[in-house]
Amino acid sequence: MKQSSFRLFPMPFHSMLLFVIWLLLNNSLSAGHILLASILAIIIPWGVSSMTTERPRIKKPMLAISYVFLVLRDVISANFSVALLVVGPLKKLSPGFVAVPLDIETELGITLLASTVSLTPGTVSAEISEDQKWLYVHALHLENPEELIEEVKSRYEAPLKEIFGC
Amino acid sequence: MNFYVEAIASAILVFGGVFLLVGSIGLARLPDVYMRLHAPTKATTLGIAGVLIASCIIQSYRQESLSISELLITLFLIITAPIAANMIAKAALHHEIDPIERTKGQELIATAKERTSPPAPETEAGKETP
Repeated sequence: MKQSSFRLFPMPFHSMLLFVIWLLLNNSLSAGHILLASILAIIIPWGVSSMTTERPRIKKPMLAISYVFLVLRDVISANFSVALLVVGPLKKLSPGFVAVPLDIETELGITLLASTVSLTPGTVSAEISEDQKWLYVHALHLENPEELIEEVKSRYEAPLKEIFGC
Repeated sequence: MNFYVEAIASAILVFGGVFLLVGSIGLARLPDVYMRLHAPTKATTLGIAGVLIASCIIQSYRQESLSISELLITLFLIITAPIAANMIAKAALHHEIDPIERTKGQELIATAKERTSPPAPETEAGKETP
């Protein structure tokens, strides 16, 4: 079956990305590295193209960029709040599990949401239900479960849904 | 070497170092596996990012050309850290490692392990609000 659908560049965008990243990682433009980057950019997509899933299109690139900055800002503020919690008295911490209902449907969207949740204030995504409707989240310091669910939904899920237009 | 470049790089190094230290303290101090996860995923990501950005500044200054590889490493780290945390949390759930007693919402652990929907009471209300 591979024979019938053989293409030199099954994933042209990813090939480009691999090529550029390899050269950036090595910080060089010598002939040897360009050759090596080209070989990698051709061979790796052959191996992985059958594993990819449908990728939704980004409908609103500007919103995606502002989302990246929102997450970066939250990562930094998350670090300060977690640092204070970790160094402060442990007796006061009340950890907890929460199940967040998911509206977002695409796999990439859920992956991004789960990663964002893991990187931001005091929460780590632990598990997802098989029907992809619930995200289980562990919070380091849980005061009000409803509030946390609401925050995840409005702050992160809503923009992601808009970005992918679903 | 230029004093200001050195000062800025040192400040970022110290900043990163403090967060690495806090991450390690958290790893040692926090009581159960789920809580311990929080310290390395967050504090360490920012800590390493700080160290790498300082390295990027100094390298760029010395070579008089922008050194991108450190930024790429930071990016890879930000992509992979949540996945690692997620896998550890999954593993802990499936081995039925108990969280400390005052953990809220412990009834969710069983359904999280089975990967089914959570039990009814409060979650039903949560489903309708969005």
